Amino acid sequence: MIGADAIIKCLEAEGVSTVFGYPGVAICPFFNSILDSEIQTVLIRTEQNAAHAASGVARMTGRPGVCAVTSGPGATNVITGIATAFADSIPLICITGQVNSELLGSDVFQEADITGTVESFVKYSYLVKNVNDIPRVFKEAFYIANTGRKGPVLIDIPIDIQNAVIKNFHYPEEVNLRTYKPTVKGHAVQIKKVIKELERAKRPIICAGGGVLLSEAEEELRGFAEEHGIPVVSTMMGIGVMPTEHPLYYGMVGNNGKAYANRAMNESDLLIMVGARVADRAVSQPDLITRNKILVHIDVDPAEIGKNAGPSIPLVGDAKHIFQDFQKEEFSCDYEEWIATLNEYRSTMEKKRTPNPNYVDPAAFITRLSEKMQEDGVYVADVGQNQIWSCGYHIVKKGKFLTSGGMGTMGYSIPAAMGAKTAAMDKQVIAVCGDGSFQMSMMELATIRQHNIPVKIIVLKNNYLGMVREYQHYTYKDHYSVVDLSGSPDLEKLSAAYDIPYLRLNNMEHVDEVLDAFLAEDNTMLLECMIDPMDLVK
Amino acid sequence: MLNSLIDIMQASCYIKNTVAAPEGEQLQKYERYGRSFMQKRVFQLLVDNTSGVLSRISGLFSRRGYNIESITAGVTADPRFTRITIVTSGDDDILEQIEKQVGKLVDVRDIKELDPEDSVYRELVLVKVKVDPEKRLEIRQGVEFLANNFRAKIIDVGAENLIVEFTGNHSKVNALIQRFNEEYEVLELARTGITGLGRGIENVTYIED
Repeated sequence: MIGADAIIKCLEAEGVSTVFGYPGVAICPFFNSILDSEIQTVLIRTEQNAAHAASGVARMTGRPGVCAVTSGPGATNVITGIATAFADSIPLICITGQVNSELLGSDVFQEADITGTVESFVKYSYLVKNVNDIPRVFKEAFYIANTGRKGPVLIDIPIDIQNAVIKNFHYPEEVNLRTYKPTVKGHAVQIKKVIKELERAKRPIICAGGGVLLSEAEEELRGFAEEHGIPVVSTMMGIGVMPTEHPLYYGMVGNNGKAYANRAMNESDLLIMVGARVADRAVSQPDLITRNKILVHIDVDPAEIGKNAGPSIPLVGDAKHIFQDFQKEEFSCDYEEWIATLNEYRSTMEKKRTPNPNYVDPAAFITRLSEKMQEDGVYVADVGQNQIWSCGYHIVKKGKFLTSGGMGTMGYSIPAAMGAKTAAMDKQVIAVCGDGSFQMSMMELATIRQHNIPVKIIVLKNNYLGMVREYQHYTYKDHYSVVDLSGSPDLEKLSAAYDIPYLRLNNMEHVDEVLDAFLAEDNTMLLECMIDPMDLVK
Repeated sequence: MLNSLIDIMQASCYIKNTVAAPEGEQLQKYERYGRSFMQKRVFQLLVDNTSGVLSRISGLFSRRGYNIESITAGVTADPRFTRITIVTSGDDDILEQIEKQVGKLVDVRDIKELDPEDSVYRELVLVKVKVDPEKRLEIRQGVEFLANNFRAKIIDVGAENLIVEFTGNHSKVNALIQRFNEEYEVLELARTGITGLGRGIENVTYIED
């Protein structure tokens, strides 16, 4: 057995079913050995999307997604995908081929110091210099990626190590990491303190972030909120923790969120932040969430607590464990009055849009789409105006909502949807992007065709880089610079070129028929919606 | 690194009203810094002796804008581990973040503050002094006298230079350098930065396998 075979054995032992990748000489031993395995390979059309696709897998399965690329440009291309996953704490295993270990550091063809380059975007990285280390390194990498605060781990393997003979392959049962021991269980004293505050509070609120989804604590959180009637808001990454139409859910916070959600958070007297970073887009003024209120900050990463806002009660641990502990506590509370206030905010503060009837109204369209989607369907939003509309108007029922929140990487939706679909073939997966973000990933239409990955794609076309245009509209008084997308391809012809069925929606008149046709079958289809180029999210 | 330091120093100016404070968002940032004053702190790390560990740690400092005043590293009695001593500065919030962010790195076994009240710090310096052949005896005697007063040692004698070795705490090293600079021509100088250990046996980190 050689190193490359050992890598495949490790992936099999971890239950990996799909590897997204792009070959080159330095990773060829790996792609040669994978042919003898059940693991499916998907040839992505650019390496960045291999990481996005793996991210889609991870977010559907709760297990690290895997991508494999070659050395040099292959490795550097994948960095944006890794950084995107890192910003959202998505577990990835990223395997990069490397030049012969004896040539390392001599600037040979396609050599890049990838472990050094990617350092600030990975949870950990390995450069494997001994073939016998492969089983231990992979065991550790999967463990590190998927425990504590999750994140990407990169494993760089020189081609000679992939080709070296490994004696006695044995995949370790357990990891032995002296230096890495994440705290999972919340401190009992702190938990009691939170319960005590809940008993005292008149206006409590839970703000759920992406960490709740990563620890799969949705049910616990929802159960706890329902039992005691505690209202919930979420960050962008926390969308999906609560069904959108749940009576206790008051929408997404932040400068692109719902006004009533922000008001609810600011007027609360007890704010329980869970699995959220208190980053600038969700909380633009951290002092507002500490002023006149008790802030409880729950996070598995102690470094997040106190980074942007000093909490009254820090609570380090995994959200699932902590909410299980909360559920064991009994206490009396009555927040009826607070709920009534919030309901009034919700019914009176929803922003009224004045859509242009000549175009598709993205807000109404997205709501209509979510009504027609399967209950457990997966909605993958891209980045830009389309993302803000998706966050604001998509109705999550039992499905998932995926997007690139922390990094805001355009082009995320199509590859992530591909990953999500390969991980859950029985689910409806829809990527919704703008015409800018679509063109950042449209090469993946070939991958979709080649591997028959039936994801549905919606392009909200407004002929502009809308989010930046909107910024220029407000900040530079319509002095538009480098945001016009003229020259974009005719999507009908493009779809035909890829042999992908195409539909167009010009305005809201035929929205039902078109959506019914679009969603009728579990196949790939591209739906282009014509949006008013001057439409604004704010 | 430097920028955050300047920010903090400016912040204290704003608090003392010596400089006009910026408005809006900027001000909040300075108010945040203003909660406490900048202070120096010595952290001691015990890390896995993996390749690249030093760059992971120093990279974290530069990436997040933390200041490093000195950093020393050396393998421990157990060759699997390296002990690193970092002297850094910042306000309470920054120092807390440094401890948490460094502690979070996978290779870091332990990070703790070396409390000046309860630790010993040492720094080594080598000073190469120019010796004019015409005044050889005079300079040599003078250097010896100065070295003796500081409990430093002459460890190398060349035709036209002397090398003095001194180990002491940070301020005494500074004092010695100042004296030599004032009285002699210092050709070259090398100092190690602080390393230290906590006193007693209560705070020893034992390594479990």
